[in-house]
Amino acid sequence: MAKIQINGRRIYLNQKINVFDLLKKYKLDKKKIAVELNGVIVLKASYKKKILKNNDKIEIVHFIGGG
Amino acid sequence: MKKDIFKIANLNLKSRLIVGTGKYKNFRETALAIKASGADMVTVAVRRVNILDKKKPTLMDYINPKKITYLPNTAGCFNSIEALRTLRLAREIGGWKIVKLEVLGDKKTLYPDMTETVKTTKILVREGFKVLVYCTNDPLFAQKLEDIGASAIMPLASPIGSGLGILNKINLSMIIKKAKIPVIVDAGIGTASDATIAMELGCEGVLINSAIANAKNSVMMATSFKNAVISGRQSFLAGRMKKNYFGSPSSPLDGLI
Repeated sequence: MAKIQINGRRIYLNQKINVFDLLKKYKLDKKKIAVELNGVIVLKASYKKKILKNNDKIEIVHFIGGG
Repeated sequence: MKKDIFKIANLNLKSRLIVGTGKYKNFRETALAIKASGADMVTVAVRRVNILDKKKPTLMDYINPKKITYLPNTAGCFNSIEALRTLRLAREIGGWKIVKLEVLGDKKTLYPDMTETVKTTKILVREGFKVLVYCTNDPLFAQKLEDIGASAIMPLASPIGSGLGILNKINLSMIIKKAKIPVIVDAGIGTASDATIAMELGCEGVLINSAIANAKNSVMMATSFKNAVISGRQSFLAGRMKKNYFGSPSSPLDGLI
């Protein structure tokens, strides 16, 4: 079991998943977001290649209203 | 007469009014106000997705980035590292290369930290970004930003969200007269007439958020700003009359009875 952090929240993963699976789990459209894994941007083309490991820190961002 | 085109980097815009998408009550109001403003470029912020609420609507559900150009902004960033991180992520969301940089130096005044701003602009330009830079109304810094490759200079009218209007017309004029890249007045515009004055000074565009979003009727205010910007631009292009210190009659004196 892996313990990871997404947007500051700790979650536990029962199985090996990659970034693509994670986005699917949270119903996030990859066209609308960007992902940072341990401080490094994950390119959209690499979502399936990036397997999540214990203690990984993930940030998923999108656009919101702003000035 | 030559067609009056507003061009930033390689992008042609129809409207010289750029609007922010912050501070509205909801997305519906945001969308209505943007429509009324006629703007075809809007600023947006980059923030964490709410992973707990999968059905929560997002800005993109209401404002189609294919129809309205999103201008990712670094609002809330207080140093170069935060600003770079934000804009690199923005680019990754969907290829946004035209971005607005704002590196704030002080929470109270929200004045830009120009040292960090210059430093960050250089890095972004090197990475291929087209950077619209929020800055003080200091003509030397404006020139500096142009020299290092900014795509547009965005001097403040007054502090962000203050609604105080244009505090230093002389400095703005100096910046506008000297600049070879677009000057877009950003921050502090309080009401439509402020935008007209900015446009009459000869700036290429204005960026408005609070003045529209915080109006009692934001949609009506958006329309008002649309007209104000067109009006100011036309007035600038038409070339105003000279100021005289004494009266000059409008009616001929010949044939006076």
